[in-house]
Amino acid sequence: MSSSVVTEPSAAPPTSDVPVRESRSFVSRLLARPEIGALAAAIVIFLFFYAVAPTFRTFAAASTYLYASATIGIVAVGVAMLMIGGEFDLSAGVAVTTAALCTGMICYELSLNVWVGVVISLALALAIGFVNGFLVVRTGIPSFLVTLSTFFILQGLNLGVTKLVTGAVASPDISQLDGFASAKAVFASNINLGFMTLNITVLWWILFVAVATWLLLRTRVGNWIFASGGNEASARAVGVPVRKVKIGLFMGVGFLAWFLGMHLLFNFSTVQAGIGVGNEFIYIIAAVVGGALLTGGYGSAVGSALGALIFGMTTQGIVFAGWDPNWFKTFLGVMLLGAVMVNLYIKNYAAQRK
Amino acid sequence: MTDTIMEHAASDLHKGEALVEMDGVGKSYGVIRALEGVNLRVGAGEVTCVLGDNGAGKSTLIKIISGLHPHTEGTLKVDGKERHFGSPRESLDAGIATVYQDLAVVGLMEVWRNFFLGSEIRKGRYPMAPLDIKGMREIADRELQKMGIFVKDINQPIGTLSGGQRQCVAIARAVYFGARVLILDEPTAALGVKQSGVVLKYTAAARDAGLGVVFITHNPHHAYLVGDHFIILKLGRRVLDKKRSEVSLEQLTTEMAGGQELAELSHELKR
Repeated sequence: MSSSVVTEPSAAPPTSDVPVRESRSFVSRLLARPEIGALAAAIVIFLFFYAVAPTFRTFAAASTYLYASATIGIVAVGVAMLMIGGEFDLSAGVAVTTAALCTGMICYELSLNVWVGVVISLALALAIGFVNGFLVVRTGIPSFLVTLSTFFILQGLNLGVTKLVTGAVASPDISQLDGFASAKAVFASNINLGFMTLNITVLWWILFVAVATWLLLRTRVGNWIFASGGNEASARAVGVPVRKVKIGLFMGVGFLAWFLGMHLLFNFSTVQAGIGVGNEFIYIIAAVVGGALLTGGYGSAVGSALGALIFGMTTQGIVFAGWDPNWFKTFLGVMLLGAVMVNLYIKNYAAQRK
Repeated sequence: MTDTIMEHAASDLHKGEALVEMDGVGKSYGVIRALEGVNLRVGAGEVTCVLGDNGAGKSTLIKIISGLHPHTEGTLKVDGKERHFGSPRESLDAGIATVYQDLAVVGLMEVWRNFFLGSEIRKGRYPMAPLDIKGMREIADRELQKMGIFVKDINQPIGTLSGGQRQCVAIARAVYFGARVLILDEPTAALGVKQSGVVLKYTAAARDAGLGVVFITHNPHHAYLVGDHFIILKLGRRVLDKKRSEVSLEQLTTEMAGGQELAELSHELKR
């Protein structure tokens, strides 16, 4: 700057001491979002099935895969937030079943209004989340191990207690109990939109994603979640209550697992004690495909929704395409790997152009 | 640069007034004594340098003052009152801010979010009140510019800044939030010469604004540039405690390099 002033003083443009600050372009800001890779993958998968499976193009199909996505997406929102906070929850899949069984059996055995059972199982689900979180922050044992233990404990309890109470491996039918109709309306009704029927879980899912996004990006708590996962020691040093944040996140997963459990119970009025095993990985996959880092500190709720949508479209798309369902898992694995690699590529691309 | 720090520094600071006093402070982790018998006085407008090799007890000392691990022996007084910090929040509320070498900031978060982390501005006082994002962006941007730190975009992840800039943002943040005592943990250890210079200038500016600074380092050259008082720790004990007028850079360097031990070693290895 100064050398050019010496040679041609009159032509030198007026420069201030402050360097010119260029704001990043819209494209590079868009590419820096965690969910952009998942969005691209979701569009590709949608177009793929749209092209190969004619039935996939109908509103009825949309209603089916949106419902499949919602049942994954509801818990995945909580799991994504937990992963942004730097922790894992492997017990989320069976906790869904635990909550459903708890309501079903308590209400049936004591002939209670179902809403009483709904509240009791909410307390139980929050307690499970609290115990997970408390053990993780108190002992410092990785959440992977703590929640793996909880996973086995709950899996055993689901089967053991159900068999002890009912003599069978499913909760009793509660459709004749007081309050069933209103609970079904809240947790498991179908809404007729004229051109398609939409399961109410889809609306709940959208609501949860919206609330989580607002929480993550617009509130102090969201800031603390990103900081707790991104750099725990640093967050603690500036006064962020890291332990409370993490326990809260585990309880959030508990709440959403409870919600899905209530949906399953009131949708079918009975619940098999053995279900839910393996779903914990699907929630984590949805969050990761949606841009959440396994190491914490990065990710989004919208991303987890896109991850769940990819899962829902793939599972249903294979059926609509009329393929041998035996190939489903393989196809799913390839799809997910592809999605994660697109994600990684875009993330690296975005990181290069700051 | 200095003007801005002056502007924000607490107005009740009088040069030389004792802000933190430690008397015979020690810390045991079970049977291991990490630190014992440390006397330390941090005055307003002074830089107290704590030097020492790895494992000398520097980190333990910081952790006691910043509230991460409470001390087990001796007394710690802040503004003349005896304190026993149970959490970093308590220490922060007493006006003590710590800037850690490598964990000063959260790399993946935006510059402005880092600047306000733990002290966010909100649009209300109710529990889930939304953040005043626009306000925070503007303040962070303005404050950093005033303090001579130029970032390309206040919304970029702080991990994309250079090491020196990140340290400066962390120090600027501490000063902005009204710290009276600033603890700098090895602020220059991972930095190049030029970046170190920026941080040292910034340290001097904080001192001139009346803050008490504790400067932890193992580099006597950096310490001597800004220090008023020097303490050398070795294996958890104090081996040197001198004012600037009583010690030369050479003495400091020799003492840091091993002092008496080094002399003996050189005698042994004489060729």
